[in-house]
Amino acid sequence: MKTRRALPFLPVLTLIVMLGPVLAGLLGTVLPAFGHLPAAGLTGPTLAPFEALFAWVGLLRAVWLSVAVGVVTTVFALALVALITAGWSGTWVYRILERALSPLLSVPHAAAAFGFAFLISPSGWVSRAVSPALTGWDRPPDLLIVQDAWGMSMMAGLIIKEVPFLMLIMMASLGQIDTKRSAAIFQALGYGRVTGWLKTIFPLVYAQIRLPVYVVLAYGMSVVDVAVILGPNTPPTLSVQIVKWMSDPDLAMRLQAAAAALLQLSLVLGVLMFWRVGERVVGQLGAMWIATGSLGKSDTIVRVSALGAGVLGALMIALGLASLAVWSVAGYWGFPDFLPDQFTMRNWDRHAVGTMSALGETAIIALTVVLVALALTVGCLEAEYRYDLRVSSRGMWLLYLPLLVPQTAFLPGLQTLMLTVGADVGRAPVMFAHLVFVFPYVFLALADPFRAWDSRIGTIAAALGARPDRILWQVRLPMLLGPILTAVAVGIAVSVGQYLPTLLIGGGRIETLTTEAVALASAGDRRAIGVYGLMQTAAALIPFALALAVPAIIWRKRRGLRHG
Amino acid sequence: MKYLAFLAALVAPVAALSDPNPADWDAVLADAQGETVYWNAWGGSTTTNDFLAWVGSRVVEDFGVTLEHVKLTDTADAVTRVLSEKQAGEDSDGAIDLIWINGANFAAMKNADLLFGPYAEQLPNWALVDVAGKTVQSDFTVPVDGYESPWAMAQVVFVHDTADMPERVGSMAALLEWVKANPGRFSYPQPPDFLGTTFLKQVLVDILPDASVLVAPATDENYAEVTAPLWAYLDELTPYLWREGKAYPATGTAMFPMITDEEIDLSISFSPGAASTAIANFELPDTVRTFVLDKGTIGNASFVAIPYNSGSKAGAMVVANFLMSPEAQARAQDPAILGYGTVLDMEAISPDERAVFEGLDLGIATLTPAELGTVQAEPHPSWAVRLADDWASRYGVAQ
Repeated sequence: MKTRRALPFLPVLTLIVMLGPVLAGLLGTVLPAFGHLPAAGLTGPTLAPFEALFAWVGLLRAVWLSVAVGVVTTVFALALVALITAGWSGTWVYRILERALSPLLSVPHAAAAFGFAFLISPSGWVSRAVSPALTGWDRPPDLLIVQDAWGMSMMAGLIIKEVPFLMLIMMASLGQIDTKRSAAIFQALGYGRVTGWLKTIFPLVYAQIRLPVYVVLAYGMSVVDVAVILGPNTPPTLSVQIVKWMSDPDLAMRLQAAAAALLQLSLVLGVLMFWRVGERVVGQLGAMWIATGSLGKSDTIVRVSALGAGVLGALMIALGLASLAVWSVAGYWGFPDFLPDQFTMRNWDRHAVGTMSALGETAIIALTVVLVALALTVGCLEAEYRYDLRVSSRGMWLLYLPLLVPQTAFLPGLQTLMLTVGADVGRAPVMFAHLVFVFPYVFLALADPFRAWDSRIGTIAAALGARPDRILWQVRLPMLLGPILTAVAVGIAVSVGQYLPTLLIGGGRIETLTTEAVALASAGDRRAIGVYGLMQTAAALIPFALALAVPAIIWRKRRGLRHG
Repeated sequence: MKYLAFLAALVAPVAALSDPNPADWDAVLADAQGETVYWNAWGGSTTTNDFLAWVGSRVVEDFGVTLEHVKLTDTADAVTRVLSEKQAGEDSDGAIDLIWINGANFAAMKNADLLFGPYAEQLPNWALVDVAGKTVQSDFTVPVDGYESPWAMAQVVFVHDTADMPERVGSMAALLEWVKANPGRFSYPQPPDFLGTTFLKQVLVDILPDASVLVAPATDENYAEVTAPLWAYLDELTPYLWREGKAYPATGTAMFPMITDEEIDLSISFSPGAASTAIANFELPDTVRTFVLDKGTIGNASFVAIPYNSGSKAGAMVVANFLMSPEAQARAQDPAILGYGTVLDMEAISPDERAVFEGLDLGIATLTPAELGTVQAEPHPSWAVRLADDWASRYGVAQ
């Protein structure tokens, strides 16, 4: 009886759990931004932090960088995904891409960025492959490729990681649109694959994937770890500068950091609004383009080059990962040698104890958080089903809020708040913070398959005398085993990759693979980065593999259940 | 908030009463049994991490103290943490029990009353420390007053790949000439990284005819005039730096791979033994050697300090004391392990212990104590802060 009474309130409880920390953290940012930081003996309100911020000579460039990186990354990644899907959906090529997605997605951003940096730098792997034979270089050329002032290597690094994410979202949304009949019609009318798809299906798809696109945009504007590795440093992006100011021994800089965090937040909001206006403009232009009736003569070139760019991106991630693997077993490895002088297990031996304890911590946090997130998700979805509590589009915005608000804008404030209420450092608060980021992904991964479940089966079960709880546990959830495990894998990957929440809320006491890897990264020890980067990737990848394998084994005699 | 502060004021004397008394060492040892000490220390170096893990294994064996190394990317994070705890009224069992610290971070914490002490000079092993010969009672000219205890000596050395740069240079002026003749082959970590800021101070100390002005705090009156030669020097140097000064390595250790990658030939380090250790770990080519300038180079001590709100002060003091033991010091000085300079007075330890130090093979790239020459004093921290800020606005936003 109890559960049935609690169930209708679960969505509200979930919203509080999710949004409470974000709002509280923002409050903890607003106060110091206006000069209120009692621990440093400072009380506001004053505009001094903003004056100091606007007096910083690097501000314009840092702001410009954040905006440019976010917008360029999102435009390119979205265009690439749209063109690849337009050109190849329904073909065997697309099915191969679908298979390659999970591994690409599960490579954590930091590990991918390291690998990418080593590939493209003047002394990197690509350069070594052709040196000195083709280039004559026995010293690398003094070229600013990684950390270039325009942020181009950072944009490239982000694009190759965001394409798989948007691809996954795109594939999921295609299932809800009647693409086959649209395709039949535009093909019959003589339109090319790409042009016809863009004119008829893309507008429908975009309406579905709008929010995830915003997430990519907000993420690109405020990411820290990738920006530290690939982004410029003279000056850095605004988010990196916020983290630098936060760690300045001069306490007054924390006020400036808080002011910058508010600026970062308003930048993201501003760019999102600008993007919405852009959507209308693109829509108008698209309508004009449709009205011209052009059939798309250069479609083949477009679809082949889009696929080429996508495959190149995937290859970069794979090669970057391979370079981490080689570094993890490398002895001395100087330029221009393509491979190390000798291979050794010493690096793994040295880091065995550290990686194992970090792996344990990572696993405990990820599994607990994902189980809680899963329980909340199933509870919300079941409440929606039983009581017809549909999530409105506003509700979806709330769900995405923690992913849209820059982490640098609310996590430092949240840290102070958690201390104030006596929730001391340790594993539990870190789990709580992870949940804020993990829940939306788990919910998004599971919501569609859960809703798509044929409710007539539930009616049959009820007719046979099963109560709602029994239908849920014995019919619906077992049938959804595949999607549930996929949602779990997605949640684990998100939890494994969390850096700032673990560091700030854990007070440094919680050592996960990601915090360890980024700490080591500051020293540029590629062997250590190789070991930790591989472990980090494995921690995210293995759950994906299990999510594919387990339903295939359990349902090996029930073909209809294998795809959920 | 005022209410909280009032509460904190009520609780504070009680917390102070329960603090262990470092002069009563037996009581400290008894107190320390079973305590867990969270040592916040920079975690970017695998060799340092391994050494800290060894310290942990020794203190749990001998004293029943469990040591957890909390790996920082920046020591200032720990300062921030203690500050946040004070703000939140967490005055008796904070997250941090011990911090690897010196310079501006120490000055900030000491000024803000965030440290426990004085304790350092009551520790039993303090008697072995070379108080006369090493700068262990002042930290960047700020009096230590027993609020932190030393555990390693550091000194600036230049690291060069003799395959590409056979000869050392004897002064910063000569270094400038070499860089101009070899464009793109030198860089330094980006200030405010401590090694990058140290490079600025090293330039200043070397090119000023009289560096004694740096001992006193920088003032608005003298700062511009004293530092003018430094900015002139950097204006001349920057176009010839690696990547023409448009990008800088993040830290000192990040420059070792750059030498191995043949990106640069000359680098700077704050640990005289680090190059030898890196060669042994395949991180540098074995053609790398180190040198110091004719007038000497800047040196300082690494310390550990205990936050005022540590819940394991006795355990932290036991670790601090162990770090100053001949056993730990000899291990830290071994270049195969860490290669850090000792803080101990070789005359104060037993002949057997001395033999261990004398038996160390310092490694092919490490200078002997005699070759390391004169240790120049650190300028007052106010110089470093201003230099780093000024550097950031002059070169930190290069177009």
